[in-house]
Amino acid sequence: MAREIGDVILDLQNISLRFGGVKALTDISFDVREHEIRAIIGPNGAGKSSMLNVINGVYHPQEGTIVFRGQERREMEPHMAASQGIARTFQNIALFKGMTVLDNIMTGRNLMMKTNFLHHAMFWGPAQREEIEHRKKVEEVIDFLEIQNIRKTPVGRLPYGLQKRVELARALAAEPSLLLLDEPMAGMNVEEKQDMCRFVLDVNDQFGTTIVLIEHDMGVVMDISDRVVVLDYGKKIGDGPPDEVKNDPKVIEAYLGTSH
Amino acid sequence: MSDQTGQTVPAAGLDTFPRLLMHHAKVRPNRPAMREKEYGIWQTYTWAEVAENVRAIACGLAQLGFKRGDRLAIIGDNRPRLYWSVAACQVLGGIPVMLYQDAVAEEMAYVLQDAEIKFAVVEDQEQVDKMLEIHDQVPFLEHVVYDDPRGMRHYTQTLLMGLDELQEMGRIHDRNQSDFIESEIAKGATDDISIMLYTSGTTGKPKGVCQTHGAFIAAAQGGTQFDKLTDQEDILSYLPMAWVGDHLFSFAQAMVAGFTINCPESGETVMTDLREIGPTYYFAPPRVFENLLTQVMIRMEDAGWFKRAIFSHFMKVARRCGAEILDGKPVSFADRLQYQLGSLLVYGPLKNVLGMSRIRVAYTAGAAIGPDLFRFYRSIGINLKQLYGQTETCAYVCLQPDGEIKLDSVGKPAPFVEVKLADNGEILVKGPMLLKAYYKRPGATAESINEDGYFMTGDAGFFDEDGHLKIIDRAKDVGKLNDGSMFAPNYIENKLKFFQHIKEAVAFGNGRDFVTAFINIDLEAVGNWAERKGLAYSGYTDLAQQGTVYDLIREGIEQVNVDLAADPMMSASQIRRFLILHKELDADDGELTRTRKVRRNFISERYKVLIDALYGGADSQYIETEVKYEDGRTGKIAATLRIQDVKTFSPQAARKAA
Repeated sequence: MAREIGDVILDLQNISLRFGGVKALTDISFDVREHEIRAIIGPNGAGKSSMLNVINGVYHPQEGTIVFRGQERREMEPHMAASQGIARTFQNIALFKGMTVLDNIMTGRNLMMKTNFLHHAMFWGPAQREEIEHRKKVEEVIDFLEIQNIRKTPVGRLPYGLQKRVELARALAAEPSLLLLDEPMAGMNVEEKQDMCRFVLDVNDQFGTTIVLIEHDMGVVMDISDRVVVLDYGKKIGDGPPDEVKNDPKVIEAYLGTSH
Repeated sequence: MSDQTGQTVPAAGLDTFPRLLMHHAKVRPNRPAMREKEYGIWQTYTWAEVAENVRAIACGLAQLGFKRGDRLAIIGDNRPRLYWSVAACQVLGGIPVMLYQDAVAEEMAYVLQDAEIKFAVVEDQEQVDKMLEIHDQVPFLEHVVYDDPRGMRHYTQTLLMGLDELQEMGRIHDRNQSDFIESEIAKGATDDISIMLYTSGTTGKPKGVCQTHGAFIAAAQGGTQFDKLTDQEDILSYLPMAWVGDHLFSFAQAMVAGFTINCPESGETVMTDLREIGPTYYFAPPRVFENLLTQVMIRMEDAGWFKRAIFSHFMKVARRCGAEILDGKPVSFADRLQYQLGSLLVYGPLKNVLGMSRIRVAYTAGAAIGPDLFRFYRSIGINLKQLYGQTETCAYVCLQPDGEIKLDSVGKPAPFVEVKLADNGEILVKGPMLLKAYYKRPGATAESINEDGYFMTGDAGFFDEDGHLKIIDRAKDVGKLNDGSMFAPNYIENKLKFFQHIKEAVAFGNGRDFVTAFINIDLEAVGNWAERKGLAYSGYTDLAQQGTVYDLIREGIEQVNVDLAADPMMSASQIRRFLILHKELDADDGELTRTRKVRRNFISERYKVLIDALYGGADSQYIETEVKYEDGRTGKIAATLRIQDVKTFSPQAARKAA
């Protein structure tokens, strides 16, 4: 295997998140290592999405620390996370429905554009050169995810499974080192799921991207992830390799046992 | 480059494909030879670049131990590097063997065994996986070279090698031994086998058809002269590389005329790529033309009333005079003016949407194209033509000449081709484009080429008065009437089935005095018609025996008779008597094959009484037939069927009417 799991790049320590009196996350600690695929699972309302939102700075936990690449932070904004190489996709697709696939993916590179608004408005000189550079990167992503045929199609016209893939493309366009995927296979049929699994593995393999994903489909999680965190009612009840987690009685009781 | 435009290649000394390639690299080094859309942009390879790449692949293959006469399997979509591999293999005096990329591994195993393949160049991971899957069935397979390394990082099999690597290896070799390629090309001869294409094998196992350089070059030269193709043409290469037509258009003709081939980005983007390239020379099976038309019609239905009105008006104009204008026939000034206006408002934009603005010549073949469809494309000014040929004849026997287009003929014999009819009407073909042999099947080769050197196509046909060939049937189905004239049941049945009210027809006449027919009405079409007429009926059997329905069908058959009468070869085949069957012919009852072909012998035994009645002169006949229902039970349908006479026409009268 070309990809070797490296050092811890993201370390979450004793994270607690409250919305008023509701405890979304209670005292959760886990880490993510370089190049691994890390799954977060748990029943509905367990706090999985909240966890992702904490990682990329949408929510600010009341307690706990987050160490990303050796840098400790408590308060962080999403754009800072993005500029540090964290990209994500959303549970309910967040794309510009009226824009083409190509334009949507181009937005993934916005953060890297250096020329100013005026240059872009005139599309002149450096702005034009820059746009061409970025377009090249975007085309590589399009090729990678095999969506050449819908390049110029407005996103709103695409079926759900493809929209999910476009979202992944947009995230990949930012060339992230850490990719957060919020239920990338939700609502897909078996074939679409298989495709998506292959793409997730390929991304991880080819670009060495570290991936944190939330997923309900146990088969998918057990197949593709290196380590799994299990949450229930905002608490961590299990953590380890898929096989270990699968056989953990606490996990079975909370999740696998009841719902499967 | 201006001094090289508009000319076809002189034949002297350029008698193999590698020589042609090197010629183009010298004469038009900077003209685009190939384009491929990659990363959203059309990448161009000039003839010089193509030649350089082919050299590198050839040297690389030679280093792997590829010898003269070895076979190289090539599997994948239309990619420039796969076309280069074909050329590289030919440079080394090898035989490229083209496989259909969508075949399953099992089918590939058969061809790889049959052709004793040691080397394969494949497109991507998908094809590599198939090769690995069948490797133990084809132990002599030693090297699999892949074009696209994607997803293959963890493949460690020693069998595999990337094409990039191979080319790199080849380039070093080419630098060190720069005369190697030239000496290999010099060893080639025009009657060496240049390619092996497998027949589809609908009857028995696929057979490898071996074609020589000379054969394909002759076919390509004939075609380019016939349609005056130059090095300025653009063609979209999207049909399977293993199909003879693609090899003729995208490889042989491109090599002969020096024009540009364009490879689409992927199978799903063909339509977009077609629009972007705007080819000048185009081939598609009828199905593709039909899909395009359907898409246009659906979009037109969504347009506003004003646009729809303009569209339908000018389509009427086009139907009236479009095809005539294209053929250069006299058309009234008013129509010409209207057509000009139509070009501006409708046909021009429409052609642009279809990606056909620049088309000079378009061909279709492979299946019968519906007359309406054919007329539509011609009427909006697209020079769509038909051709006829097989794998064994480099897809090159007959072509429709410009300005002499007939719906139901496949045109005149192409340059260098001699077409002759056997006594039973079978089409016999002779010319430089005939196959050299079926690979390792001397028996099959001897069977298909007669002692005078004619290839027996197995199709029956005849020449009309203008010397155009009409294909009518498979030769084995063609019989004779008692007066000795030809009887082609399929031809007649197809004509009948063009009527929307007739679903199925069975014609009889072999060894009889005249032709008769069983008819199946189309329950839906005739049912609608009956509803509009206020006709009451209880079911198929009842509707089929109504007098007015018989009148309706008889009118249709009379039309067919007019058609048949106009044709001296066919006028004896006019249908004299017919009946409408009391039940629909069904595959469950063994009357049709699963692909809905009529099982003639079975039907004539099962309905012997009806046939006797048709020829006996009775005007009705009682019949009882056992039928199988879908749940397996059997039942009986009984009815007394009417039999009616149909008017026939003298050839002269028919010609006036037509």
